[in-house]
Amino acid sequence: MTQGCAAPAQTAHLPATVDLANEAVIQGTVLRDGSPVSGAYARLLDASGEFTAEVVTSEEGVFRFFAADGSWTVRVLAPGGVSVDSSVTAETGAIAGLEVAI
Amino acid sequence: MSRNDVLVDAAWVEANLDAPGLVLVEVDEDVSAYDKGHIRGAIKIDWQSELQDPVRRDFVDKVGFEQLLSSKGIANDDTVILYGGNNNWFAAYAYWYFKLYGHENVKLLDGGRKKWELDSRELVTDVPTRPATSYEAKEQDLAIRAFRDEVVDAIGTKGLIDVRSPDEFSGKLLAPAHLPQEQAQRAGHVPTAANIPWSKAANDDGTFKSDEELRELYTEAGVNLDNPIIAYCRIGERSSHTWFALRELLGLPDVKNYDGSWTEYGSLVGVPIELGAAK
Repeated sequence: MTQGCAAPAQTAHLPATVDLANEAVIQGTVLRDGSPVSGAYARLLDASGEFTAEVVTSEEGVFRFFAADGSWTVRVLAPGGVSVDSSVTAETGAIAGLEVAI
Repeated sequence: MSRNDVLVDAAWVEANLDAPGLVLVEVDEDVSAYDKGHIRGAIKIDWQSELQDPVRRDFVDKVGFEQLLSSKGIANDDTVILYGGNNNWFAAYAYWYFKLYGHENVKLLDGGRKKWELDSRELVTDVPTRPATSYEAKEQDLAIRAFRDEVVDAIGTKGLIDVRSPDEFSGKLLAPAHLPQEQAQRAGHVPTAANIPWSKAANDDGTFKSDEELRELYTEAGVNLDNPIIAYCRIGERSSHTWFALRELLGLPDVKNYDGSWTEYGSLVGVPIELGAAK
C-alpha cells in the first residue's frame, strides 16, 4: 500500500506493481513543437470540473492518473500563463492516451 | 494573526533570500524535486523519512523533532519559511507540525514550488550547510490535533470537513487519482461531513484564495464557522492545507487536523461510514 500521498514517478511505462485490470489509467505526453516538456503541471478535473489530482511531467513529458470510469478533463499548466484543457474518457482495464501540445 | 504573519509571496521570498534569521525549508514526500533544483539557500525535510516515526504510525516524538531541527541548523528564534510540491500539501503538513511542537515563527510560501516554477524563478542545486543548533520543542499542542474517537464523537455535533475530491468522498475513488487505487480501507466518508475539497481554497497556481473568498466558500457549504471544526483527508496532509486556511488565514479559534484521516477511519471496525455524494 502506498504510504504517502505524493505522486509516483511519471514513467512512460506502467509500474510493474500496478495491475491494469483494476485501474482506469489516463496517461499522456506534453509536447511543445513536437518535443516533450518536462516540469509542466498536469491536473485532472472530474466531470463537474473539480480538481482530483495533479502531477508534474517527467523528463519524457509524461503524466499519468489512476482514475475511474467516466469523463475527465486534463488541464496542463506551464510557465508563461499556459493552460490547455483536454477531454478524455477513462475505462477500467485500459490506458486512455493523450498528447497535449502547448 | 493576519495573513501577512503566516503567508509570504514569491516576490517577498526572492527579496529576502539572504535575510538573517530566515530559514527556507522545502518539504516533500518525494525529495527528488529538491535534488533537481530548489530555491537558493533552502534546506530540505523529507516528509516520509524525517517527520514520520519509522516503526509506528505516528510522528517523530518531541525528542526526535528536537534532534531533527538541531541537525538541520534551525534555531528556536529562526523564522522558518516552508514550501513544497503537491500544492504545498506537505509544506502545510510540516507547518501544522511545527505549530504542534510550538515553533513561534513559521510561514508558508504562497503557491509553493509550483507558483515559483510557473513564475520561472531561479532554482539551484547547491545544497547549503547550516551549523547545528540545540533546538528545544514544546509538548504537542493537542488543541490542533484530532484523534479517531474525537472524530466519531464529532458526528452530528461538530463541523466535520472532508477535503478530499468529490470522487473520494462518494466512494468512487479510494485515493487521489495520481495514485493506484488498490487500497486496504473501505471507501466513503464520515457521516455528516461536508465535502469541501482542499483545492477550492486554492487557485490553479497553488496560491490561497482571499480571506473573503475562503469565508464565503466554507459558509456557503454549510459550515458554521463559530463551531469547532475537524478537517480530514486521506493521510492528513491535504487537510493540513485546509486547517491552515481556516485557523491561520481566517483565524478561527478551534480547528483541528485529523492526521489519521481516511486511511485510519476507513480501516476502523464498527464505525459508521456513509457512501455517495454530499447531501
